[in-house]
Amino acid sequence: MTDLLAQKAADPKSTLNASTAAADHSDGMSYLNNLPRRLVTLYLPLGIILVVLLFPFYWMALTSIKPDEQLLDFEKYSPFWTWNPTFKHIAKLLFDTDYPRWLWNTMLVATCATAISIGASVLAAYAIVRLRYKGAQWVGGAIFLAYLVPPSILFIPLSTVVFQYGLFDTPFALILTYPTILIPFSTWLLMGYFKTIPFELEECALIDGASRWQILVKIVLPLAIPGLISAFIFCFTLCWNEFIYALTFISSTQYKTVPVAIVTALVDGDIYRWGSLMAGAMIGSLPLVVLYAFFVEHYVSAMTGAVKE
Amino acid sequence: MTDVVLKSRLDKRPIQEPTAWDRLMVNRNWLGLWFMVPAAIFLILFLAYPLGLGVWLSFTDAKIGRSGEFIGLENYEWLSEDSTFITSVFNTILYTTVASAIKFAVGLYLALLLNERLPFKAILRAVVLIPFIVPTVLSAIAFWWIYDPQFSIISWSLRKMGFITENINFLGDVWNARWSVIFANIWRGVPFVAITLLAGLQTVSPSLYEAATIDGATPWQRFRFITYPLLTPIIAVVMTFSVLFTFTDFQLIWVMTRGGPVNATHLMATLSYQRAILAGSLGEGAAISTAMIPFLLGAILVSWFGLQRRKWQQGESND
Repeated sequence: MTDLLAQKAADPKSTLNASTAAADHSDGMSYLNNLPRRLVTLYLPLGIILVVLLFPFYWMALTSIKPDEQLLDFEKYSPFWTWNPTFKHIAKLLFDTDYPRWLWNTMLVATCATAISIGASVLAAYAIVRLRYKGAQWVGGAIFLAYLVPPSILFIPLSTVVFQYGLFDTPFALILTYPTILIPFSTWLLMGYFKTIPFELEECALIDGASRWQILVKIVLPLAIPGLISAFIFCFTLCWNEFIYALTFISSTQYKTVPVAIVTALVDGDIYRWGSLMAGAMIGSLPLVVLYAFFVEHYVSAMTGAVKE
Repeated sequence: MTDVVLKSRLDKRPIQEPTAWDRLMVNRNWLGLWFMVPAAIFLILFLAYPLGLGVWLSFTDAKIGRSGEFIGLENYEWLSEDSTFITSVFNTILYTTVASAIKFAVGLYLALLLNERLPFKAILRAVVLIPFIVPTVLSAIAFWWIYDPQFSIISWSLRKMGFITENINFLGDVWNARWSVIFANIWRGVPFVAITLLAGLQTVSPSLYEAATIDGATPWQRFRFITYPLLTPIIAVVMTFSVLFTFTDFQLIWVMTRGGPVNATHLMATLSYQRAILAGSLGEGAAISTAMIPFLLGAILVSWFGLQRRKWQQGESND
């Protein structure tokens, strides 16, 4: 605590900087730019980039509701709009295929893997930041390195490991391997959050006789809720996005996750398959987009936090 | 009266010597060990052990269902003469350099645009990030459809505008396929770079720009001597991640081309999947993935020095 204060006192520059940056809410010199100029240098490029970024989703959504005869005929019907939307593709997907089952698998795997990872990361991050056992710094560094190990160099040996442990082709193969991607990330993120919680609170609790476990559960966790939400959402998204492990470790159709099932089971020779493929891609993205819409700020802070710390 | 109260208080709890157990319960090393156990189990069983096993497998002739014998560097010698492998290394490097460079340029530009005074800024920022949160495989399928040889909407639009007469064979021609997958990768990566750099930009105080303008700095000079130096640390980290994830990319390629046409878009990751899982020679596949490690180490070193530099700039102790 004292060294924290001393550091603050010794470093007036940083506090000064922070206060000026925070107090300066004006828009700087942007009043110098007039409208025509802003139109060309700002709105036009921004508009182009946005259109390129969003067009695939528009095309995805549009394809999934177009009737078959309009799907491939661009000459007779305008390809960019449809006046008679149909839910045929979506209905086919939901009632004639295992799609609901795949959605359920993905949800189950993502939820379990995220829950396990957050639990393990909270303990690890707290220990590294606050217990500061011998070598905690090195462990923190090792966890950062683990974050940088990509799944695509691990899946071959992991497939033999998964086979040895008897997990092959079960949901547990995914529930237990996804945390290796998630734990390093969320530990790193939570370490950053825990560092911002004042030491003094913990010291008071220690004097009052709280054990470390009580401090963690009753003081640190309630204060770190924004961080926990960020970590949870980001982990959930990563699970949903994961492909290579699910492709390698799961072979029976009933256990597949949405991304793998769409690529392996939905792609058939049908020339009109695009409708149901796009519907599958759209419905598969919707849960994440909805989640994202509710927690944009948390999501952004997770992403930038993980990079900045 | 008073001494009754005093007495009952004194009786209540005799002070005990702390037992060894009590001492253990407040020992930070002992507690720290137990707090680390769950994470350590996962990371050792499913990360460190497989990582080592992968390097070991690359020195064996293991197949699926048969544990291999040690054969030394034979896999690597074999690979060094394998033209498909060499193409995949070339593709990986091309894919990583071109995609990362463009992602950085466009991402930084987009970040600068979003940092301006804009109406609906929060919504814009949220919308920009959507390509990043939608699962890669699902957006790759959308791109697959957009790149369809017969019914591509891009070909159709260009034909209507009169730029081309024939449909573009996006994924069937060697170089077209390469540029098409690179474009899809850039499309997915730009939001990440832009939003993280935007977070960095927002910490730069506007008064610095005002001071520079009063001193007569041009917009380029303001960018070069204020924005860029202040962003360098975060650029280093963001680009390390970007390079790392581009280099080890698998999903986009697998969904859109499966490495085709004639192995022209194989990256090292997709080739190792094909050799190890589909063809069954685990040893050879493991050698391909192990060959990626030196590149990853390079990226990690860059990141490390980026982080060090940040600490040095802020003049903070390592806490």
